Amino acid sequence: MHNLQIRQLISKTFFGMVCLFSFLSALPLVLILGYLLAKGVSALNWQFFCRMPQPLGEAGGGIANALLGSALLLAVAFALAVPLGLSLGIYLAENKKSRLADCARLAVEILQGVPSIVVGLVIYTWLVLPLKTFSALSGGAALALLMLPVIVRSTEETLRLIPLELKEAALALGVPYYRTILRVIVPSGLSGIVTGVLLSLARVAGETAPLLFTAFGNPFLSWRLDRPIESVPHLIFYYATSPYAEWHRLAWGASFVLVLSVLCLNLAAKFLTRRWRVQF
Amino acid sequence: MDILTIQNLCVSFLENTVVRNVSMNIEEKKVTAVMGPSGCGKTTVLRAVNRLHELSSHARVTGKVILGGADLYALDAILVRRKIGMVFQRPNPFPTMGIYDNVVAGYLLNGLKLNKPEMDNLVEESLRAAALWDEVKDSLRKRGAWLSGGQQQRLCIARALAMHPEILLLDEPTSALDPKAAASIEELIVQLKKTVTIMLVTHNIAQASRVSDFTAFMYLGELVEFGASEKMFTTPQDKRTEEYLTGKFG
Amino acid sequence: MLRSLSLQTKENIFQQILAKSAFFVAAVLFLFFLTLLVKAWLAIWSNGFDFFTGAVWDPLTGVYGAFPLLFGTLLTSVLALLLTLPFALSIALFLGEFFRKGLAASALRSSVELLAGIPSVVYGFWALFVLVPLIRGLEITLGVVPLGVGVLAASLVLAIMIVPYAASLSAETIKLVPQDIREAAYSLGATRYEVVRRVILPHARSGICAAVLLALGRALGETMAVTMVIGNANKMPASLFDAGNTMASLIANELAEATDPLYVSSLMQVGLLLFLVSALINLAGRYVVKKFSVET
Repeated sequence: MHNLQIRQLISKTFFGMVCLFSFLSALPLVLILGYLLAKGVSALNWQFFCRMPQPLGEAGGGIANALLGSALLLAVAFALAVPLGLSLGIYLAENKKSRLADCARLAVEILQGVPSIVVGLVIYTWLVLPLKTFSALSGGAALALLMLPVIVRSTEETLRLIPLELKEAALALGVPYYRTILRVIVPSGLSGIVTGVLLSLARVAGETAPLLFTAFGNPFLSWRLDRPIESVPHLIFYYATSPYAEWHRLAWGASFVLVLSVLCLNLAAKFLTRRWRVQF
Repeated sequence: MDILTIQNLCVSFLENTVVRNVSMNIEEKKVTAVMGPSGCGKTTVLRAVNRLHELSSHARVTGKVILGGADLYALDAILVRRKIGMVFQRPNPFPTMGIYDNVVAGYLLNGLKLNKPEMDNLVEESLRAAALWDEVKDSLRKRGAWLSGGQQQRLCIARALAMHPEILLLDEPTSALDPKAAASIEELIVQLKKTVTIMLVTHNIAQASRVSDFTAFMYLGELVEFGASEKMFTTPQDKRTEEYLTGKFG
Repeated sequence: MLRSLSLQTKENIFQQILAKSAFFVAAVLFLFFLTLLVKAWLAIWSNGFDFFTGAVWDPLTGVYGAFPLLFGTLLTSVLALLLTLPFALSIALFLGEFFRKGLAASALRSSVELLAGIPSVVYGFWALFVLVPLIRGLEITLGVVPLGVGVLAASLVLAIMIVPYAASLSAETIKLVPQDIREAAYSLGATRYEVVRRVILPHARSGICAAVLLALGRALGETMAVTMVIGNANKMPASLFDAGNTMASLIANELAEATDPLYVSSLMQVGLLLFLVSALINLAGRYVVKKFSVET
């Protein structure tokens, strides 16, 4: 009887500890978000979004160059990674056991774990050194390489869950294979695929390390693919490690905007998975 | 009159021969049932007629399948499949399309152009033929997922009929349905044979006897017996058929 | 023009595109590795084994011993992992075992997802302005040099960052423990703790291992947050409060200013090592998960 009480006590204590630790781990999040809200929102005004950074010492100014740059970098990454990712995702879902599929699957898996700084290093060698300039193109390529695994895996997993009967239904109507895939299978898995793309964008939107020596950064407004370009995460890094209070203020504003955008992408992805899901 | 002739059909997957030397003639505007215990190769024969085995690189098909005088295996698989309608075990309407689009999916997906009145007519005609028109005529734009299993299966039949197939293949069309829905499909099959030739695969002996004019009995990949249903169900020639019909195996 | 092509040609083109994309991605990864290897070749030969054992990294004299960096990377990652584990396992048990549904669970789940979504540069920024002053205060109380930045700050911020990676996969595997085993244990009169200890954890062991590996991989390669708070000193840290550096952070700091070919090549060698280690950890994780999925 006594023994049982001790066991119960241990169990209760353990349960309490699990709950305690679980909620303690939410503490940093609250602190970070709180700090961002407190410091970031006050930095936001129309100037912040529309104006360029001012010379040191002058108040005001904004991060228009970084916002535009990030948009451009993400657009380049999107354009490079989405077609390739979809195509590979379809290939892997359709060819489960071929040798090539195994190789590609392994490559994607390894790519997913490669530290982003190493991706930057390689893209630097591939694109920056031969072109002799940092460029938006190379930054976009680095981000594309980081997006790719997320898109491939979500596409493959989504398409695998689509019942074989659907494919047979289309083929039995005399629909060619490529049309079956593009017009029946892909639309049926569209919500999963779009979710994957959104998540991949969310993943790379805040990446800084691979941009350090690809997109590099640029204090001026630029939309050229062959020139260095600023991005929001890079601007945060650059301003945060500077000694100027005014730049810190801008960096807090930029952090707030960045976290909010990533959050929105994640929420949109979640919403899509729930709402758009096709019933089989 | 025979519309479809199968000659010495053999199908193998890797080293496994699943169907061995099957030959039969399918008569026009009749229902021919193919029955047998599971694993006997009956579905494999049906899929061979529609050349669906070509999806798998392991499958090998030999022999001839002749439809209206032409060897199907000498034609383009895609054209063959457009001439032959197929309905599967589990209802499989396209989930991203409405009912209307599902019926004309064969045209939409193949990029075959039809004008609006033609298409409207085709949809109504096919849905009426599949005995589904009255139930869905007011919600043609809705997706098919809210339909009951039996209704979905009739939608799939309408989809196949819309292509005006020369022959309609039904692969255990009622096995995933409740008894009531199954009965309505059976009724529909009897109706349909006025206009189209039907080849029906089933493991349900009673169903074969109820709806078919001819019956083939397959066992272990071979065609054991083939003939008029009345005769087969009353006086089977082969001992194995008799044992199957009396429930000794399968 | 596309319309005029025959069906068979279109079919072939489509198949070709799919297969080519698979080939392309496999080739990209192979070239990825090859690039690093070629670029690091000079350093591999000229640094020799000293790269792994040498304690001095000095571009001015051309000495590239990466031991302090390897040590710094391992130290911060392992420390972060140790700090994370109790929290991550608690979350995993909370979400996977005790409260699968309900308000508390979904709040916790969202907070973990949010943590995963915050960009590392924001973590670094926050750590620099909140965590570092706190540590500096602690250092003053303890009477050590009040740097603020250093190994401890880096490990702490890493620990926060990898919680989601360790927690979510662990929670998934705990959820996969069959219900009947659980019920069998409870029906024998085991307490909640005993069920977790004797049934759940042993059963989910390999999944948790994979989660830990995944989190370790993340920690090893993490760059921005670390580089902002570790102090970037290429020497052996004397204590947890001392400044140090990691491999990823070193590359981020020095590549832009490296001009000497051997210097660049040595940085590439660090990158190559980082790539190999992360690939290895990934494959190990994959192996563990595979073994696990066969078992159940």
